[in-house]
Amino acid sequence: MAQFFQQFPTVFAALNVGFLQTLKLFICTLLGALPLGLLISFGSMSKFKPLSLVTRLIVWVVRGTPLMIQLLIIFFFPGLVWGKPIWGGGESGRFLAATVAFIINYACYFSEIYRGGIQSIPVGQHEASQVLGLTKSQTFFRVVLLQVVKRIVPPMSNEIITLVKDTSLARIIALQEIIWAGQSFMKGSHGIAGQIWPLFFTGVYYLLFSGILTLLFNKLEKKLSYFKV
Amino acid sequence: MAILEVQNIHKSFGRTEVLKGISFSLEKGNVLSIIGSSGSGKTTLLRCINFLETADTGRITVDGDVIFDSDTQAKLSPREKRDKQLKIGLVFQQFNLFPQYNVLDNVTLAPRLRAKEREDYKKNKKQINAEIEEKAKALLEKMGLSDKLQNYPCELSGGQQQRVSIARAMALEPKILFFDEPTSALDPELTGEILKVIRELAEEHMTMVIVTHEMNFAKDVSDHIVFMDHGVIAEEGRAEDLFNNPQSERLKAFLNNYD
Ligand SMILES: Nc1ncnc2c1ncn2[C@@H]1O[C@H](COP(=O)(O)OP(=O)(O)O)[C@@H](O)[C@H]1O
Ligand SMILES: [Mg+2]
Repeated sequence: MAQFFQQFPTVFAALNVGFLQTLKLFICTLLGALPLGLLISFGSMSKFKPLSLVTRLIVWVVRGTPLMIQLLIIFFFPGLVWGKPIWGGGESGRFLAATVAFIINYACYFSEIYRGGIQSIPVGQHEASQVLGLTKSQTFFRVVLLQVVKRIVPPMSNEIITLVKDTSLARIIALQEIIWAGQSFMKGSHGIAGQIWPLFFTGVYYLLFSGILTLLFNKLEKKLSYFKV
Repeated sequence: MAILEVQNIHKSFGRTEVLKGISFSLEKGNVLSIIGSSGSGKTTLLRCINFLETADTGRITVDGDVIFDSDTQAKLSPREKRDKQLKIGLVFQQFNLFPQYNVLDNVTLAPRLRAKEREDYKKNKKQINAEIEEKAKALLEKMGLSDKLQNYPCELSGGQQQRVSIARAMALEPKILFFDEPTSALDPELTGEILKVIRELAEEHMTMVIVTHEMNFAKDVSDHIVFMDHGVIAEEGRAEDLFNNPQSERLKAFLNNYD
């Protein structure tokens, strides 16, 4: 026990550094995937058949294969096959590759949620807007958008909380996120070796983080509960 | 001169011809009811007149202004189409209120957005919006909804929702108001309140076109009746004549179903 209290400050500091990287990956993924998903959803709903077919095919492949494989392919493929490691070396290269893989993967999931949300708005809402003389963009922003948001908050919150935990997959390309940081105390780091509790302790970070997000999403759902769609 | 003139409207979906040349006209301040069995094309006709469908051929004139002409329609800008659209209003069977807005905002949304296109909007913004709100409140009072201004559609009965949607359509001051089976989505005990509202509008000489299955109501409230059957007008005439003295076999058979 005394040893635990002695090691704790060192481990805590190292885990915080790892968590910062986890958080960075999480935020960059959302910043990229939330808008990219909207573009992909417009592509998959396009009336131009070739575009919608290709988009849906890509979405199907990305959603149908493990994110871990996508990570490995995106990270190693350029170097191994083209002989050109495009990501650059070191931690920043790994972070870039991981972010790109996560953005593509999550954008595809988000696009399906957006598409479902947009298509679930009754056609009567568009027709009522039209006969009242609203323009297309007024109809989208003043009438449709908030109804879509209300509909997609529950599935989006599920997906975003899954992302919190999925960031740990970046460990596979040795991104120095929190799992990597926890594991380092098994082999030896900061003068501590053979300890597994730091790895287990990372779970507390995930729990707290996803717990806070759940609270925020519940708040948002409550805020939107004044109307029914 | 007629305020509404509909000439030779044809509309097909794929190979099914749903409207086979519909023509009629309506005098200002009059009420026209369209009756006919389900599938005869009544909704499609209203949707063509309100631009929710594009008729294959035909011409529609409102108050001397051609709002639709199948020959030139494609050349109109979205803005021109909207201007023409706003000469007429439509009340839907399913109300189609905007769920995220309260009653007052449902009625004021379109007029407010419309007012932004006025040249003097920037200068008189406050006053314009105040006027819009006053007018909306007056309309809602007429609909008996003064105590519901802040309620959301999900908190209202079907009859109340339909009255909001009538106020919403009237807030844009259309020259003609169209109704597509305004009571069909309502419980029977709620239809009366809607019919009463429409009667009051008729007494104030609002020009209206009403698709309805309420035969007694149609007979009472209408000046003119159009009977549609399989995409054509099989018979039309003054309300009393048409109900008391139907000429065609098809209309006789149709009316017999309602006795
Ligand atoms: N969008 C559409 N596509 C194909 N057929 C349609 C469409 N809308 C209506 N129809 C057909 O047109 C006919 C007339 O329908 P409708 O105008 O709704 O009749 P009513 O309102 O008199 O019941 C029906 O046979 C219906 O199936
Ligand atoms: Mg109909």
